[in-house]
Amino acid sequence: MSGAPLTVRRPRPPRQPMPHQAAAARVTNFCEVALGLTPELAQAEAERCLLCRKPLCVEGCPVGIDIPGFIARMVKGDFEGAARTLREATDLPAVCGRVCPQETQCEKVCVVGRKGEPVAIGRLERFVGDWARTESSAPPPSLPMTRPERVAIVGSGPAGIAAAGELLRRGYRVTIFEALHEPGGVLMYGIPEFRLPKEIVRYEIQQLRRLGAEIRTNALVGQTVTVEELLGEGFGAVFLGTGAGLPILLGVPGEHLNGVYSANEFLIRINLMKAHDFPRHHTPVFVGRRVVVVGGGNTAMDAARVARRLGPEKVCVVYRRSRAEMPARAEEIAHGLEEGIEFFLLTAPVKLLDRGDGWVRGMECVRMELGEPDASGRRRPHPIAGSHFVLDAETVIVALGNNPNRIVPETTAGLDVTPRGTIEVDVDGATTKLGVFAGGDNVTGGATVILAMGAGKRAAAAMDEYLRGQRDGRAVAKATRVGIEEN
Amino acid sequence: MHRIIFKESLAPGVTRYRVRAPDVARRRKPGQFVLLRLREEGERFPLTIVDSDSEEGSITLIVQEVGVSSALMARLNPGDAILDLLGPLGRPTEIRRHGDCVCVGGGIGVAPLYPIAAALTAAGNRVTGILGAREQRLLILEEEMRRVCADLHIATDDGSSGTRGLVSDLLRDRLRQDDRYAFAAVIGPVPMMKAVCAVTKEAGIPTIVSLNPIMVDGTGMCGGCRVSVGGETRFACVDGPEFDGHRVDFDRLALRLKGYHHLRECALQALGPREAKAPQ
Ligand SMILES: Cc1cc2nc3c(=O)[nH]c(=O)nc-3n(C[C@H](O)[C@H](O)[C@H](O)COP(=O)(O)OP(=O)(O)OC[C@H]3O[C@@H](n4cnc5c(N)ncnc54)[C@H](O)[C@@H]3O)c2cc1C
Ligand SMILES: Cc1cc2nc3c(=O)[nH]c(=O)nc-3n(C[C@H](O)[C@H](O)[C@H](O)COP(=O)(O)OP(=O)(O)OC[C@H]3O[C@@H](n4cnc5c(N)ncnc54)[C@H](O)[C@@H]3O)c2cc1C
Ligand code: SF4
Ligand code: SF4
Ligand code: FES
Repeated sequence: MSGAPLTVRRPRPPRQPMPHQAAAARVTNFCEVALGLTPELAQAEAERCLLCRKPLCVEGCPVGIDIPGFIARMVKGDFEGAARTLREATDLPAVCGRVCPQETQCEKVCVVGRKGEPVAIGRLERFVGDWARTESSAPPPSLPMTRPERVAIVGSGPAGIAAAGELLRRGYRVTIFEALHEPGGVLMYGIPEFRLPKEIVRYEIQQLRRLGAEIRTNALVGQTVTVEELLGEGFGAVFLGTGAGLPILLGVPGEHLNGVYSANEFLIRINLMKAHDFPRHHTPVFVGRRVVVVGGGNTAMDAARVARRLGPEKVCVVYRRSRAEMPARAEEIAHGLEEGIEFFLLTAPVKLLDRGDGWVRGMECVRMELGEPDASGRRRPHPIAGSHFVLDAETVIVALGNNPNRIVPETTAGLDVTPRGTIEVDVDGATTKLGVFAGGDNVTGGATVILAMGAGKRAAAAMDEYLRGQRDGRAVAKATRVGIEEN
Repeated sequence: MHRIIFKESLAPGVTRYRVRAPDVARRRKPGQFVLLRLREEGERFPLTIVDSDSEEGSITLIVQEVGVSSALMARLNPGDAILDLLGPLGRPTEIRRHGDCVCVGGGIGVAPLYPIAAALTAAGNRVTGILGAREQRLLILEEEMRRVCADLHIATDDGSSGTRGLVSDLLRDRLRQDDRYAFAAVIGPVPMMKAVCAVTKEAGIPTIVSLNPIMVDGTGMCGGCRVSVGGETRFACVDGPEFDGHRVDFDRLALRLKGYHHLRECALQALGPREAKAPQ
């Protein structure tokens, strides 16, 4: 009970409502679904916080944001100060405020949540992040390059962004290498516009540039330049924030058929290449009358909700376990339901059916039942004999999660990986190769934005120590954490 | 920015470019390709690196006009710049000393074949070239191939150059005349690769093909370029683009390549008549 205040007893007002676009309207556009709080609503919500002296919420936040600290400034109307407090712990408040699974982190343990709804920490964070972007007049801090060494960051997702920000603050010259033509990682190509406007990601990337980061796009490390060469070309240390981008496919007959996409391909075509605006944008995408999405994580929900917006008659999600085991955020599942997405739970794909001309026409499924818990602690699903049925589908999107890309490990001698392909690191993010650090999804497997940022930041601190000669440049003891599975 | 420094028409609808890309020119090996994006609304699309000149810091690309991206490419002129260029991508060809080799190319496939033939010869192999095209004026890189091959044979559908018929038949004839090859590289349209691989399989000649499935990122992230090789799913952009020709499921590849054909006209029309047709 350490975090509970002893004096305040008056009943808390209910959580301030967040304005949303109505479901019927939003399935016709890609604009943001949750519209954000007004300054008045934000301040009223901030006042619900008890400003605990031993705040539990902070322990629930993977990067330890001073939550009562920033909320106290909001209560006073000092949004500038609130933004400064947030920036001490996170480079991406407007992003995390939107996409963090708050309900299982900071808000889960907020004391106000014991009776009624917790303080809407994420929404407040989002408000301050947006305010800082659009209203703040504070100039970006100028960071003197005090250190002689240059450091290389590979990948510009949340892990790379956080590591770059931290190293810039510590006075290093930072160069980011990004394989795609546009930086931002999953924030740019994976999470759709209606959950995270790309304008925000571009702004944050621009901030990094203003702080002095050089960003080289179209640079696939391992192919266009190797880690070894970076170390030889005067980079004192390298951070690998390459994510987990290698899609896991279904592994059932028919996955080669046209109309079958990995969620990555589907989302890249739309989020990065703007295929929904074909032919004005030249990348095409095919969405038939019926769309079936396989999987139960955030990626599956995003794919289903993106597909919904492209006008098919029906979008279904097929998931082999039950609702309780779905790794997707509750809010996203609720939004999907509001948008008319149908769920086939305890259902698994058996094979994809050919229309006869190389295009998919449907998916044969089997019903499942839950048995004993498996290694992940969730009950293992078993097929029920004789329960096969066919779902019609002209488009099938497979969202079973991703493994790390092998390009960097395969081209970097001495960089150890696990059998799954995740990079071996110690608790600070040092790899088995001297001077090379790693963090984010390439270490954990698919996880979250905030965990990737935390890992990037921790590794940056370790890189600083290494470059100052205060620690080993190699993993001391291996510690690999397991990420959140999508299936 | 990657500036175009040279442009030349090789055949109707086929254009050769030299593009400034010093880093790519320095690193690239035979068999590798680049991914391009020409403008903000543009697609990412792959082209083989046909040649490079590290002194000039340039790479040679050859593009055949088929749809919207290649049409836009064909419109570019010396002085114009390519917005995004990523490479070299893909695994390089494994160049070894085999002895007698045969390189079989069809249509635009001669472009990716040329650097492989050149490298095989440079590695001390005796290379026989077999080139095919629908008609003589569509034949590309004949001179270049002649320079890097010990002997060169040509087949055209209408007999306007070399023998009349298909390269697969020409190869079968050569094998009957007691030609022995320890290695074959075959690149061209899918039906041609399928037919030639059937011949080399029968003759027991280890064969590589270079596959050209639809690509998006080219970094192994989307799986759009998946092909079936020996019953396994492989990603052509990172595992290929070259594979064992005797194990590739060409029928599947042919079907997947047709995935967006129904949208091609629509995309070209949206460009407007002025942009869709390159000034020749
Ligand atoms: C569709 C989708 C929805 C999600 N929704 C949420 C959510 O709501 N909330 C949440 O917290 N998390 C969510 N996640 C998970 C979250 O996005 C990831 O955990 C996070 O982005 C991982 O960050 P990262 O920096 O490790 O990697 P990434 O974001 O994957 O970035 C890696 C970057 O490195 C680049 N790269 C890879 N290899 C190389 C190389 N060799 N050279 C150069 N560049 C390279 C890639 O192109 C990419 O830009 C979602 C993920 C997906 C796919
Ligand atoms: C490794 C590799 C090397 C290649 N080398 C060459 C070369 O040297 N010279 C050459 O002329 N061609 C080459 N190609 C083929 C070339 O990339 C395609 O012809 C081109 O992308 C077609 O695009 P388009 O828009 O002009 O035509 P269309 O065929 O009309 O395109 C229609 C749709 O199909 C898709 N599409 C079709 N083929 C491809 C493809 N291979 N990659 C991406 N999208 C595709 C596009 O999404 C497009 O929207 C190569 C392909 C690969 C995979
Ligand atoms: S970063 Fe995420 S977990 Fe931390 S306070 Fe913000 S919303 Fe909560
Ligand atoms: S957010 Fe909740 S736990 Fe955190 S300080 Fe406020 S009331 Fe306390
Ligand atoms: S092009 Fe996306 S995985 Fe190969």
